Amino acid sequence: MNALACMIGSFWDSSIGKKILVALTGIALLLFLSGHLAGNLLLFMGKDAINEYALWLHELAHGAAIWVARIGVLTALIVHVHLTIQLSIRNKAIRPNYSHPGTVQASRSSRMMIWSGLTILAFVLYHISHFTLRIGNDYNGGTYQTSLPGHEDKVLNVYQMMIDGFSHPANALFYIIAMTLLCSHLSHGFASVFQTLGLRSAKNGALIKQIGRAYALLIWIGFLSIPGAILFFGYGRP
Amino acid sequence: MNLTLKVWRQETRDSKGRIEVFPAKDIPSEASFLEMLDIVNERIIAEGGAPIHFDHDCREGICGMCSLTINGIPHGPESATTACQLHMRHFRDGDTIWIEPFRARAFPVLRDLVVDRTAFDRIIEAGGFISVRTGAAPDANTTPVPKEEADRAFDSATCIGCGACVAACKNSSAMLFVSAKVSHLNNLPQGRPEKNRRALRMVQAMDEEGFGNCSNLYECEAVCPKSIPADNIARLNRDYALAAARNALT
Ligand code: FES
Repeated sequence: MNALACMIGSFWDSSIGKKILVALTGIALLLFLSGHLAGNLLLFMGKDAINEYALWLHELAHGAAIWVARIGVLTALIVHVHLTIQLSIRNKAIRPNYSHPGTVQASRSSRMMIWSGLTILAFVLYHISHFTLRIGNDYNGGTYQTSLPGHEDKVLNVYQMMIDGFSHPANALFYIIAMTLLCSHLSHGFASVFQTLGLRSAKNGALIKQIGRAYALLIWIGFLSIPGAILFFGYGRP
Repeated sequence: MNLTLKVWRQETRDSKGRIEVFPAKDIPSEASFLEMLDIVNERIIAEGGAPIHFDHDCREGICGMCSLTINGIPHGPESATTACQLHMRHFRDGDTIWIEPFRARAFPVLRDLVVDRTAFDRIIEAGGFISVRTGAAPDANTTPVPKEEADRAFDSATCIGCGACVAACKNSSAMLFVSAKVSHLNNLPQGRPEKNRRALRMVQAMDEEGFGNCSNLYECEAVCPKSIPADNIARLNRDYALAAARNALT
């Protein structure tokens, strides 16, 4: 334990070490995103499928699993955000600007990582208060309880929460903007992980870049299919 | 050709700089960029002004002294070309050209376009060497080196330490330079015994000199006059991670 703490400490204090921690927490967040998306897409399997899944998540290991996952993802998020903000501020402070700026090959996504990241962070805070803490809406009221075949007690109607949530155009719009920036963030972040962990080489570099872009696009299409279906095609709405 | 130059002028390290405009008339298109500056300087001197200060030495693209950011790009628009090897035929008659020093807090401006790059020397002093005496040139093939490794080490060794990578980086990171120097030695059997120590010390020196943190934009490899690829940076990241973990765990 001591050696591990010592290692994390030495990483925390060095430029490359910090970036390695950003990459590792980035991987955790990438994995979380894939799982979250897979769960969300159950919406298209109907009301019972997604409500059943939500119940299973909450009851797994007597409710312990979800807390382990929440704490894990939250820790990764905090470390990722803290270090990237710290690095960005420092980088900005030590780089005087050119009167005539120029860029040769850095992609737009790569140059706006901090801005796409901060927007996503704002979205995540809103998203958690909206669907997890359910502040300022009536999701805690009796109307969002429903019955589930094979269960005696009423369960939370996640299905209806999603339909109602995305029926508000402003909500859906913020979601769409955040997911688009997330796509941009991932298209650079995915490939960056390989570079920072020293796994990129002349041979695999182009492939990693393509896979990163494809992953970002899949996440974008996947997440946008939900507000898209509800708002534009009236999915699940009366 | 007739050009307009917008040049950064700064009297001393601590004074505030500004852009000044100079006409550059009747410049032959076969002149190099530095020769163009020589011609302009002759005229400034003839008129009693202070010439534009800039660094140069070999003018052959091998010493790494020239350090101009031309239209926002270190060493100018031609890829794999130092400013001294850039020729005026790559510009068009009537062009306005912006000439600024390499910009990074770790490379303070000394005067006009001249910057202090001794931070690089101090990074080399921290580990960019092999500690034992190497003696006379050994017989060929006494130390077998696989071809790929020799190539990789040689390609990294072509770094002339000009600092364009830092100047192009939006984060003022010196990772391409440091990674080239580390790769050069860590890839060879002679450099391998000090591999871990070298990675740790050179990265520490780099951090202490106040260079920034790479965010994988790869502007460095795009402007590198020696086309040193950014995979060196990946290799340095890996070498550093393993060395730091080993250091902490043993
Ligand atoms: S002056 Fe030597 S490389 Fe340009």
